[in-house]
Amino acid sequence: MATSTFRVNVLLKEGVLDVQGKAIESSLPELGVSSISNVRVGKLIEFSFDHEGSSLTDEEQTKLTKVCHELFSNPVIESYTLTEVK
Amino acid sequence: MRSAVVTFPGTNCEHDIEVLVQSVTGALPQKVWAKDRTLPDDTEVLFVPGGFSYGDYLRCGAMAKVSPVAAAIREFAASGKPVVGICNGFQILCELGLLPGVLLPNRTTKFLSRMVSMKVESTNTPITARLDKGEVFTVPIAHFDGNYFATADEVKRLEDNDQVVFRYCGLNGEVDHESPLLNPNGSVNSIAGVRNEAGNVVGYMPHPERIIEADIDPNGTRSALRLFEAIL
Repeated sequence: MATSTFRVNVLLKEGVLDVQGKAIESSLPELGVSSISNVRVGKLIEFSFDHEGSSLTDEEQTKLTKVCHELFSNPVIESYTLTEVK
Repeated sequence: MRSAVVTFPGTNCEHDIEVLVQSVTGALPQKVWAKDRTLPDDTEVLFVPGGFSYGDYLRCGAMAKVSPVAAAIREFAASGKPVVGICNGFQILCELGLLPGVLLPNRTTKFLSRMVSMKVESTNTPITARLDKGEVFTVPIAHFDGNYFATADEVKRLEDNDQVVFRYCGLNGEVDHESPLLNPNGSVNSIAGVRNEAGNVVGYMPHPERIIEADIDPNGTRSALRLFEAIL
């Protein structure tokens, strides 16, 4: 049995209105910075995952895909990337 | 009809549904909790009320989607009996995949709590069967995430299939998707509520259940009450 740490980055898909990003962007000029644009706000979810061996089995990989797809993100508006943290 | 109301941690509009159901039917709805795995056997109508289920953590309705009661809600919806999701209930039905699309934060980045007008687009569902197509009525809204979004293909399919149930508009039914007055939260095509293909599952952001008493109904048409009388 091994335990690995994973991170899921969730970001709104291109073209989906990001009101947080817009609000943050509109505050930047107050800091004297006007060269930043296209601000987008996502989520970072980190978790520990128990698995059998040093590499993930297909079943374990399927479990991770399932939680990313069905809970951590909503595929209608969001995309995600799953990475293992060493 | 025997109805049931499902609540989650953070749901806060279930009492409105209880008052509504009792005033129409004389009996209280049956209560279903997020951790129940079944609905009462004799349930004929299911309400998913508003609130902030699971604190709106992650996304509105995301945790409700994977709660123990979710499978029973899906099964009930598949049976063809009426399911009504209001506000957070609408968000939950979208997350469950029982309704298309998703609710994004309001375009204005503000929580909106005010009266708006909406018009009836589809009467092709048991839930709006006693309303008139094109009928305009004023209803309260109270939400941060009411900005209905679906892909362009999905929106076209909804419009073509008569699945848009309510649309935000002005007092005379005029629609302007870009206007923060007429389309307060920025919903695509000013959509305030949708139904599934079968028509038995309906969700919307406004709160007609809050204006069923004649004293506070600004319409004088009993629109809000007629909405619920149709299924109760």
